Amino acid sequence: MSLLEIRDLHATVGDREILKGIDLTVDAGEVHAIMGPNGSGKSTLAQVLAGRELYQVTGGQVIYDGNDLLAMSPEDRARAGIFLAFQYPVEIPGVSNMYFLKAALNTVRKSRGLEELDAFDFLSLVKEKMKLMEMDQALLNRPVNTGFSGGEKKRNEIFQMAVLEPRLAILDETDSGLDIDALRTVAGGVNALRGPERAMIVVTHYQRLLNHIVPDFVHVLSEGRIVKSGGKELALELEESGYAGLGIEDEEEAVGKV
Amino acid sequence: MTAVSEQVGAWLAPFTAQPPAAGWIQELREAGFRRFAEMGFPTTHDEDWRFTNVAPIARSKFRVRAADVLRTLPEGVEQLGLDEVRDHLGHCAGFDQNAFVALNTAFLNDQGLATVLRVPRGAVLESPIEITCEVNGGESGVAVNPRTLILVGANAQCSIVETHKGSGRYFTNAVTEIVAGDGAIVDHYKVTLEAPGAYHVGSTEARLGRSANYTTHSISLGGALVRHNVGAVLSEGTEATLNGLYIVNGTQHVDSHTTIDHAKPHGTSHELYKGILDGKASAVFNGRILVRKDAQKTDSKQTNKNLVLSEEAVIDTKPELQILADDVRCTHGATIGQLDAESLFYLQSRGIGKSEARRLLTYAFAQDIVDRIKVPELKDSLERMLVEKFHEHAQ
Repeated sequence: MSLLEIRDLHATVGDREILKGIDLTVDAGEVHAIMGPNGSGKSTLAQVLAGRELYQVTGGQVIYDGNDLLAMSPEDRARAGIFLAFQYPVEIPGVSNMYFLKAALNTVRKSRGLEELDAFDFLSLVKEKMKLMEMDQALLNRPVNTGFSGGEKKRNEIFQMAVLEPRLAILDETDSGLDIDALRTVAGGVNALRGPERAMIVVTHYQRLLNHIVPDFVHVLSEGRIVKSGGKELALELEESGYAGLGIEDEEEAVGKV
Repeated sequence: MTAVSEQVGAWLAPFTAQPPAAGWIQELREAGFRRFAEMGFPTTHDEDWRFTNVAPIARSKFRVRAADVLRTLPEGVEQLGLDEVRDHLGHCAGFDQNAFVALNTAFLNDQGLATVLRVPRGAVLESPIEITCEVNGGESGVAVNPRTLILVGANAQCSIVETHKGSGRYFTNAVTEIVAGDGAIVDHYKVTLEAPGAYHVGSTEARLGRSANYTTHSISLGGALVRHNVGAVLSEGTEATLNGLYIVNGTQHVDSHTTIDHAKPHGTSHELYKGILDGKASAVFNGRILVRKDAQKTDSKQTNKNLVLSEEAVIDTKPELQILADDVRCTHGATIGQLDAESLFYLQSRGIGKSEARRLLTYAFAQDIVDRIKVPELKDSLERMLVEKFHEHAQ
């Protein structure tokens, strides 16, 4: 049985259909890259999988670990091992990063039948993972993502992922806004989490990230559909000839387009 | 008899039943009652009371009692008799325009039940002055008129924690006056934890000396109908901070009317009031800032933020700026919002349940007001109360 099976998934926001029939199967241990121009539906797919209510699923099925994923609340999905690294991590003033992460980890652990970690064990776990992400420990006592630089926010996402140890990690444009050093650190953190039990879906616009996180499969999304799938060489092909090489219009590069 | 005189008449018997006070105090009482009788209780036709209907108070027949006030005084604080403060009593909280202050004044107690304190010049108090007014109203209802006057000498430093609580049906009509000398540092807290069936109308009026630094926090959690008037008159170089937090649910109503009077140049005032409203509760924030002609170089900032958790809760917020000087900086802003859907989703996406996520975000909204509390015991007890309260709200 596959870890994740998406069948003919349709989703809308308001009156606009964004996903127009997605089929995708992900097995444990695999890393799938989803590439595509802006507006192709990449982020929508990531958010729908995590359970964002903003999007209405209008058709299709998603089976995760044998269960109907779409019937689950976002928190239940997280407890079942799904993790979304946000493209735009949310700032939450007034809630400390430490409190937030401890609450998250302990609910996730509880649902997996593990004991809750006490303050001491939690801190030593967190310190180890922060080292991996080359993060300043002072960030722990700051409110969640508040006043963090773009790079710090992205590191914080992967750091959370390292602490929560999901079974299916979905990285939504984790590379955007990162300089090359930060990109290496973030990719290093992601690679350290690769393993036979864990699957990843890496959503990105550019091939750059995939030099560091080498995928097993690459899918190209355009206008809400997967138009091409292949191995990692597909990403390089895109790098060479751009989305235009596949006959896909990339909105971002069409400067001045209304 | 008209309705108004009927309402006023109910207070006449207890007023005349008081044993007469010495000379000027009795005169002040009588002046207070006279003014109360002329004005009667305000109605929603009065601009100042447009959104707060005090008819439930006006219609009730309360038994008037002396307020039962518990005082914990740190070393160095002097207790004074009412007869020693003729030059100050009633100077901050005038009753000419406020029927409730007039009524409180009519019931001034000269037998040591009013709280009259002096912090001597230059004294630095290690622990807070605690003033707790607890009313056990029972079923039939009582009214109390607690009165507090605190004189803080020049360059003295103190904190004052005023708490109001009780049980049953009652009406607390509180007046607190604070006179801070030049360079004094005063940190005042008014914590309103009144019983669910209680009415509370209070005035906290401060007159602040040159370069004094005054902070007042108004934390309002309890009571069926609560009105706070908070006022401060600034001198040259005075710094005043008004913080407020009101949390209401059910059919609670809380009204905060603040007035910051920049009477002299170079004054600074910061005002941050935050409200959390749920159920069918309602709240009012009216922030008046007066910058007099003389008060050049005034720097004033007012912010009111409201988190509305239900469809039926109502907030009326209004800044009222009256600026007569030309070289000043005054800013104001008000927001009314709900819990941020994106923040909720973010927390849920990490496994935190929806109601816990709502609780966390609601708590976080109040956090910066709680963080401003400098008395550790008060901060801790408030944090505990908020955690309990938001469990309710999150359901």
